[in-house]
Amino acid sequence: MNTSPITEPTEFAIEAKGLSKHFGNKIAVNKLNLTIPKGSIYGFLGPNGCGKSTSIRLLTGLLEASEGNVSILGSPLLGHEESLKKRIGYMTQKFSLYDNLTVQENLSFVGAIYGFAGKRKKNRLEELLALYDLEKQAKQFAGSMSGGQKQRLALACATLHSPELLFLDEPTSAVDPENRREFWERLFDLCATGTTILVSTHYMDEAERCHALAILENGNKRADGSPQALMDAMPATVVEVSGNKLRQLKQTLTQHPEILSAAQIGAHLRVLVKKKVQDPLNFISQLSNGRETVLARPSLEDVFVTCTGDRYVD
Amino acid sequence: MWIRVYAIFIKELKQLSRDRMTFGMIIMIPLVQLMLFGYAINTDARHINVGLVDLSQTSESRAVEQALVATQSVDFIARYRSIKEAEVAITKGEIRAVLYLPADMTRRLFNHPLYDNKQADSALTLPIGQWIVDGSDTVITSTIRTLRNMPLNEVANHTVTRSSPSFEVVQYFNPEQRTVVNIVPGLVAVILTMTMILFTSSAIVRESEQGNMEFLITTPVRSIELMIGKIAPYVLVGLLQVAIILSVGQWLFSVPIKGSFLSLLGSSILFIFASLTLGLVLSTIAKTQLQSMQMTIFILLPSILLSGFMFPYDAMPVAAQWIAEALPVTHFMRMIRAIALRDASLLLLGKDALWLGLFTVGGIVIASLRFKKTLG
Repeated sequence: MNTSPITEPTEFAIEAKGLSKHFGNKIAVNKLNLTIPKGSIYGFLGPNGCGKSTSIRLLTGLLEASEGNVSILGSPLLGHEESLKKRIGYMTQKFSLYDNLTVQENLSFVGAIYGFAGKRKKNRLEELLALYDLEKQAKQFAGSMSGGQKQRLALACATLHSPELLFLDEPTSAVDPENRREFWERLFDLCATGTTILVSTHYMDEAERCHALAILENGNKRADGSPQALMDAMPATVVEVSGNKLRQLKQTLTQHPEILSAAQIGAHLRVLVKKKVQDPLNFISQLSNGRETVLARPSLEDVFVTCTGDRYVD
Repeated sequence: MWIRVYAIFIKELKQLSRDRMTFGMIIMIPLVQLMLFGYAINTDARHINVGLVDLSQTSESRAVEQALVATQSVDFIARYRSIKEAEVAITKGEIRAVLYLPADMTRRLFNHPLYDNKQADSALTLPIGQWIVDGSDTVITSTIRTLRNMPLNEVANHTVTRSSPSFEVVQYFNPEQRTVVNIVPGLVAVILTMTMILFTSSAIVRESEQGNMEFLITTPVRSIELMIGKIAPYVLVGLLQVAIILSVGQWLFSVPIKGSFLSLLGSSILFIFASLTLGLVLSTIAKTQLQSMQMTIFILLPSILLSGFMFPYDAMPVAAQWIAEALPVTHFMRMIRAIALRDASLLLLGKDALWLGLFTVGGIVIASLRFKKTLG
């Protein structure tokens, strides 16, 4: 191992430059650049099939990249896949533990895989069962548990070896809102102990909890930054229109080239107007025959809408 | 390394013991197949359904019929007035053969050189009757052919001075000529081929199909550890099946086990390893459990038909013998029969043992090269 560069202490958990993956002619990930600081929760936000899972698989070394360089925890990924596996954890999108083993047996198996044995393993297992509230289910088969319990078990297994970097691929797609809240509390607990977390999601509220996020579409990164910075930098103004016959109004508004989108939210129509329009309130008011218009605070969903789809703004 | 192999081994055993269907099959496959084949397969055909066209209608013709029935080779289930009718019955499949006794059968019988000392000129000899056989089934045909020279002394009321045979045949190891003696050890080989290849080929594929592999490959598990851990439990399964077949075979069919326990164990382990690595190689090719099943059947059929289990190896053409030689089961078929029936030692069967060993090493090398710890 003389040729390997000395690992310098770095502030970045993940650094990727020009990371690409082609499947035949299809480009799953296109020249992705990422710098994820240590100790943060970083989100991948995007619709299904946008390349979130593929990006995570590339960063964990499960898939080989077609192009680009990746550094994980200060070492280049290429050639260090095996040694990095001890320092990273991965929770798959689909439950990937054994349904016909009990919670205890699943944990014990994963523990042994990571080299835990004897008293050390016993203690760690007890700790995890308590931490993830699985003590009552210890003897239950994993296959017979609820979505939330399965998810806690999967997280317990992924963090059993206390990884420095944790990848979570759509971890909350199979759980109810109550469990999702609780799950995010656990992620912040992990983050507080210094773990860097990369999580993919298609829920706006989850994305908003991240320290920083990247919006992905068709394998391209459309925007990145902290949720607040993204909202501030949004190249559009949000105008809310109220009144009746909003469906017809929506039809007329969306055809206008200066309007990015119009979506009905309750009794309002939420309209995204390009920033270059000087007086958006007046502009919409004129277009909608003098209906009441109000400026609104942009949400992450608005950011998402402005930078994805046919009309996204560069 | 061994802690991880052990963890996978224990996990696999637990999963196996909880999968009732699979666990049941491990025990039931050998038991049911042993009963089935032990009772059903018999290469000496008996009680073949045949018909009779008796134009002679004499006491002698009835005596000939009685003598044939007494051999138990044939059962006369129908009588026909003409050969035409009998031929139709053969075509329909009602009977497999017909015996034609001509009107002058009695004269032919008493003029036959075997039963008439004065009639020495064989040129005048006429056959007493004729068998018309459905020749498409060679086993039936050869059984009927053995009736060609059946002595009819009692019918002809004549004691024959028969010439002594050129050769004397002494039957070692299976003096009663029971088919089951050869079948039971062969069944060990066939059942092991089936279960060992099937279990391992689907074991690894199952992990990827159910999504477990995606998690496993992000852990420090190495592919060789995964493979050893996954196939080790099936070595025990294989040995259990060998024990079931041989002990039930001895108990139900009195098939002797003459060889030493060590030779039996050694050859079984060698074969189990060879089959397991074959299954592993298949599992690196298959993407789904259905595919691995199809490939197992692809291997299983030649294993049954070419290995010498059903048809003698020596009767096959050279090309087929080469294919048979490549299959591990052919070597084990020879070894297990030699050890169980002829008390051969493992050392005496060095060539076959060596092939199984080489096959295993080659299989492991190919499987580890093909098995990549990446997706897609």
